Amino acid sequence: MDSLRSINVTESPFDPWEYQQSYQTKSMSGKTNYGAMASFIGTMRDFNEGDSVSSMVLEHYPAMTTKQLNQIVDEACDKWPIQNTLIVHRVGEILPAEPIVLVAVWSAHRAASFDACRFLMEALKHRAPFWKKENLVEGSARWVEKNTAG
Amino acid sequence: MSIKVLYFASLREEIGRATDLIEVDDAIQISQLWTKATGRNHVPNELLVAVNQEYSDVESKVKDGDEVAFFPPVTGG
Repeated sequence: MDSLRSINVTESPFDPWEYQQSYQTKSMSGKTNYGAMASFIGTMRDFNEGDSVSSMVLEHYPAMTTKQLNQIVDEACDKWPIQNTLIVHRVGEILPAEPIVLVAVWSAHRAASFDACRFLMEALKHRAPFWKKENLVEGSARWVEKNTAG
Repeated sequence: MSIKVLYFASLREEIGRATDLIEVDDAIQISQLWTKATGRNHVPNELLVAVNQEYSDVESKVKDGDEVAFFPPVTGG
């Protein structure tokens, strides 16, 4: 079974709910064999490690980002019977409450969607070459050194 | 023969540039390339390395035309 996918790294703010709905309408048009969709949305917090954060800048390594995200989706498709995968990730300047990442997975049954969505998100966090620099409310800026545990 | 070297995030700021073009006579171990490019002997413990956009390690060798990226732990998502 051919699995659909879309990977988009964008500097533009996006509405993840509108995005996944319009993506589903467009990519799954005419398909009636999917029975489950699980999604994850990561949003920018206004605090980190005890400090108030006013904004962040997300940097990436474009050629490697695309390659890594495609490999991660390939691995998910090998592990689970997935019908469709969507990944959207922001780069550039991001403000609190703005969505940073959207991962959505469609499958016939719920287990594949739930499990693949979690796998994709964890793999993205550990392997996709993105880096966050936080601008603190008190005026200084700092690089985020590592991911939180979960 | 040359190897393109890229630096990202805090490492790019520390080193003060985003890229280097390093001339080599032959294949070279990445740890040696690191020293040649940055002038630093010590390879940081947390340093990540990619060769042609795939994860690698400092023991591996690279050759003419390869693109080698050095960067700190990734923090996306």
